[in-house]
Amino acid sequence: MSARDAILKRLRERADGPLAVPECDFAVVTNRGWSQAERLERFERWITSVHGEVIHTPRADWTRRLAEVLAAKGVQRLALGREHPVAAEARKALADAEVELVDADRDIEGWQSEQFERVDAGLTSTRGAIAETGSLWLWPTPDEPRLISLVPPLHIAVLDAETVEDTFFDVVEAHGWAGGMPTNALLVSGPSKTADIEQTLAYGVHGPRELVVLVRHAGERP
Amino acid sequence: MSAPTHPVQTYSPREFHRQAHDALGNPQIRANFRKAMDGLMAKRRDIFSDWDLETLRELGANIRLRALAKLPDLLERLEANCAANGIRVHWAESGEEACRLIREICEAHDAKSVIKGKSMVSEEMHLNAHLEAAGIEALESDLGEYLVQLNEQTPSHIIMPAIHLNTDEISGILHDKTGTERTRDVDYMTAAARAQLRERFMAADVGISGVNFAVAETGTLCLVENEGNGRMTTTVPPVHIAVTGIEKVVEHLRDVPPLYALLTRSATGQHVTTYFNMISSPRKTGEHDGPREVHLVLVDSGRSNIYQDDELLDTLRCIRCGACMNHCPVYTRVGGHTYGTTYPGPIGSILSPHLMGLEETKDLPTASSLCGACGEVCPVKIPIPDLLVRLRKESVGEGRGNVPGAGVKRAKSEVAAWKAFQWLATHPGVWRGSMAMAGKLKALMPSRLGPWTECRSAPKPAKTTLHALVKRHHATKHDGEER
Repeated sequence: MSARDAILKRLRERADGPLAVPECDFAVVTNRGWSQAERLERFERWITSVHGEVIHTPRADWTRRLAEVLAAKGVQRLALGREHPVAAEARKALADAEVELVDADRDIEGWQSEQFERVDAGLTSTRGAIAETGSLWLWPTPDEPRLISLVPPLHIAVLDAETVEDTFFDVVEAHGWAGGMPTNALLVSGPSKTADIEQTLAYGVHGPRELVVLVRHAGERP
Repeated sequence: MSAPTHPVQTYSPREFHRQAHDALGNPQIRANFRKAMDGLMAKRRDIFSDWDLETLRELGANIRLRALAKLPDLLERLEANCAANGIRVHWAESGEEACRLIREICEAHDAKSVIKGKSMVSEEMHLNAHLEAAGIEALESDLGEYLVQLNEQTPSHIIMPAIHLNTDEISGILHDKTGTERTRDVDYMTAAARAQLRERFMAADVGISGVNFAVAETGTLCLVENEGNGRMTTTVPPVHIAVTGIEKVVEHLRDVPPLYALLTRSATGQHVTTYFNMISSPRKTGEHDGPREVHLVLVDSGRSNIYQDDELLDTLRCIRCGACMNHCPVYTRVGGHTYGTTYPGPIGSILSPHLMGLEETKDLPTASSLCGACGEVCPVKIPIPDLLVRLRKESVGEGRGNVPGAGVKRAKSEVAAWKAFQWLATHPGVWRGSMAMAGKLKALMPSRLGPWTECRSAPKPAKTTLHALVKRHHATKHDGEER
């Protein structure tokens, strides 16, 4: 008998007989009822508590704020996608800027050491965010692959204010995650960190040292 | 290689008492654990302060119970959905079989170098040693695991592997093993490790990780981490092998948020970890990074035996947060290595006997004052104190006899002594006579009674028994009332 069949047989022929299936009440992880302002306030409070930087910008003005961030952080080479509107708008706005744009939509085998050693920042879109934990929701795509939010020392994420939801449970349910998961789904809450050296917090142990979230607002605000 | 900062020491659960004695006499170990555990307890308390914690724990327990109630079906569903997504699923009856399966996958890719994300199951099966013996280098990438590996040790905590080391000790290890400057600058040391490990991520042939939750309905592997080494391990090398115990499966994706909320808050008092990494398939056509092959190795190794028993089953609810050890007065004083097992602390004391047998681990269920803290903080409400008592019974042959090594501590003299006591205590006349006799002969009582009197005074029988005193008291009171 294979290991598989032997294990399943033991589990099915349980000595103490079949187990009762308990009911699960998920009310405790949903129904927060927060307003849009409360959601944003919580999101910002939590993500900044773990070293994330939040910059609010009117939607029409976001690429100018991006350019400011790039200049302030001394970014010379920025990895980004091409097709997503975030990447497309950024490419257009930065066409004449000093910063060199690095195509992320290439097989990693061809540029692994370049990505690890010579890219200063990665720019990605986000699908949404979670107020309760200050988390960004990312589903990497061929256009914005998995590693550009991980390998460069700075990750810049673009978030639309109205896509912040209350809880992780709400996001999973409202967007029907169970109906079709991507290759890789990610929640990102701050830059990479460790406390393995005597519980002293240090950032950027394996992933980005810094995370900047550009929160885009419809209209003139903020 | 120069000598490790700590002398290389091998720990065994058989030597628990000697190891505990040594640890209690080591002020460095005492101080490191005391400081860390006090901090973790305070952080956990604070982060749950605005939650209905009891309701959340109830939900966590029910989700895990539901998964266990349907375990064989869910494992089949997980397998089918993983397969449909392109993840290859393997089953292993034992740790050795899992090691062999993993080695064979590595060999099929002619792998010489493996990079590892944190995985307690891989520690449990001694995977690194197995791979090294086959000429495959296995390097830990979680910073704490990396430090412990450099120092030729094993983790002393399931979440914080290097918690037994302080900053100076870690500085010494990095200096001795990797040539960094001696410093107390944590940022410098972290940056040095980052640079060293990045080279290794790029060069690795295979990445091996654990799994925090395996979701049956979608065939998704969830990994919880702060450092990003888990994402690196599961994204950079061309092959990813995930290894996990069969109990880690949950039914639905919606089951994951409550367990994740409980896990991070219970473990380190964090409201969330930096990364929650959900992997559902290898790299698809058109995608530009991620492994081209993903394997899942499901390990039994004693778990299906625990599964047979209604009471012991609760052990399998564990989500490996480590809160029980953070709150354990014994663990805090003796540290993780003292237990001599992969899983230390209260959860280790109720899990290790099943994995290793009670012959090896007979002292672990007694490594508790039964104060109850572990059961109170457990995010999935495992009645750990009850299970400790059950394993104590099993070890002296008073249980159901379905734990490997049951009865190992049964001693004829002890059984006879308790039988004699029982007879004495149920025969009042003889009891009173014996007690009166003991009071008269108390001068003959030895002042040393083996281990009992190492740190206690020997009991001295009173001149008059309590029974006689009460009788006398009643008699005088009665007289008084009559007058």
